[in-house]
Amino acid sequence: MENSKKLEHIKNLTRGIFIENPLFIGLLGTCPALAVTKSVEAALGMGILFLITLIGSNLVISMVKKIIPEEIKIPCYIVIIASFVTIIKMLCESFLPELYSTLGVFISLIVVNCIVLGRAEAFASKNTVYDSFLDAIGMGVGYTLALVIMAFIREILGTGGISMGTILTFIPYFSFTPLSALKMSFFQLPAGAFLVLGLILMVIAFYKNRKNEHKQVKERLAKKAAAEALAAKLVGDTNKNIKKEVK
Amino acid sequence: MTNAIVTFVLAIISAMLIDNVLLSRFYGCCSFIGVSTKVESSLGMGIAVVFVIVFASAICWPIYTYVLVPLDIGFMDTITYILVIASLVQLVAIIIKKYVPSLYNSLGIYLPLITTNCAVLGVVQANTDMQYNFALSMANAIGTSLGFLLIIVVFACIRNRLESANTSKCLKGTPIALITACLMSLAFLGFIGLVSL
Repeated sequence: MENSKKLEHIKNLTRGIFIENPLFIGLLGTCPALAVTKSVEAALGMGILFLITLIGSNLVISMVKKIIPEEIKIPCYIVIIASFVTIIKMLCESFLPELYSTLGVFISLIVVNCIVLGRAEAFASKNTVYDSFLDAIGMGVGYTLALVIMAFIREILGTGGISMGTILTFIPYFSFTPLSALKMSFFQLPAGAFLVLGLILMVIAFYKNRKNEHKQVKERLAKKAAAEALAAKLVGDTNKNIKKEVK
Repeated sequence: MTNAIVTFVLAIISAMLIDNVLLSRFYGCCSFIGVSTKVESSLGMGIAVVFVIVFASAICWPIYTYVLVPLDIGFMDTITYILVIASLVQLVAIIIKKYVPSLYNSLGIYLPLITTNCAVLGVVQANTDMQYNFALSMANAIGTSLGFLLIIVVFACIRNRLESANTSKCLKGTPIALITACLMSLAFLGFIGLVSL
């Protein structure tokens, strides 16, 4: 009992990172994903702000879920989320002004990010506070990871390397651009964002298809083996019967 | 006076074509990817978004300037805007249900989704952040929403064709749609330099 509960918790935590990754599998929150992934550190900053908002809103919503009447739950959730976003926005403006000016309106747009409202509605409103907390961490980390992967591809191809420390000022500055002569600025354009996301989804679909095919082949083989075993058994039975009759 | 009108029209064109809401500013990409496979429903959705964006901007600008700023609670802008937008969407849903029931039936589930469409909050918030005056805010709202309508309808037509096209198995659906969006975005780069404000 104790063990299965622990397993459930771990499942809640890790689900958002790979199996139900909100961006690559769920296709939610694509607007900021396309807009802020020009550089890795902007994506990382967005991911951190998003993670804090998601944890806060999931915690509060799972705490007050019994008080909120069914009819007006969506407006209530939106107000809770908007309050957290306002707090985050003010903190970011005063402590990380570079990040604030880079992300711009997209900090406010966390309010209408489908993932936050979706997790509130689908998970936090039905589960305990602890589970909602784990779920928020998993989903937030998964989203951050997805953003950073996209930004990594775009920055490497678009500028020829990685540079850190100009937007997230608490990271020491370093710049590593060995391929700057080969940069393709296309990937820094909006069009590049669409292309990179499309190609990542294509790779995921490719692996999914292959897995499904493997599964189908395995099932077919298993069925065939079962049928052969059955046939052999039948043949064996008839042989025995014949032998009996002969006797 | 004529100068003001020219600026207004140029601002609309700039927001609609050059700085297109979906292809270069990425507001509202969720509905862009999720909804647009049928031409009629994306047309209805686009028109509803135009209504909501224009009215939300017209309501939120006075609220910010004459209520929030004098009371010195300008930081409450996001919460106020999202509440205004949510109630406006409810209002539009009720009005459409009463007067154009056929449109309501075909839009149905998409109407509540407009609340969480980033385009609406994005435009209103950008108006505040950029400190536009009322005329420029309205120009931004009209241009942006018309740009949204244009792209979502054009894209629905393209996706309609894509569905019957013989694409590779792993590209089917969203990946090929995103690559199409990439090509459209490149095409819209051609409008840069059309207007200089």
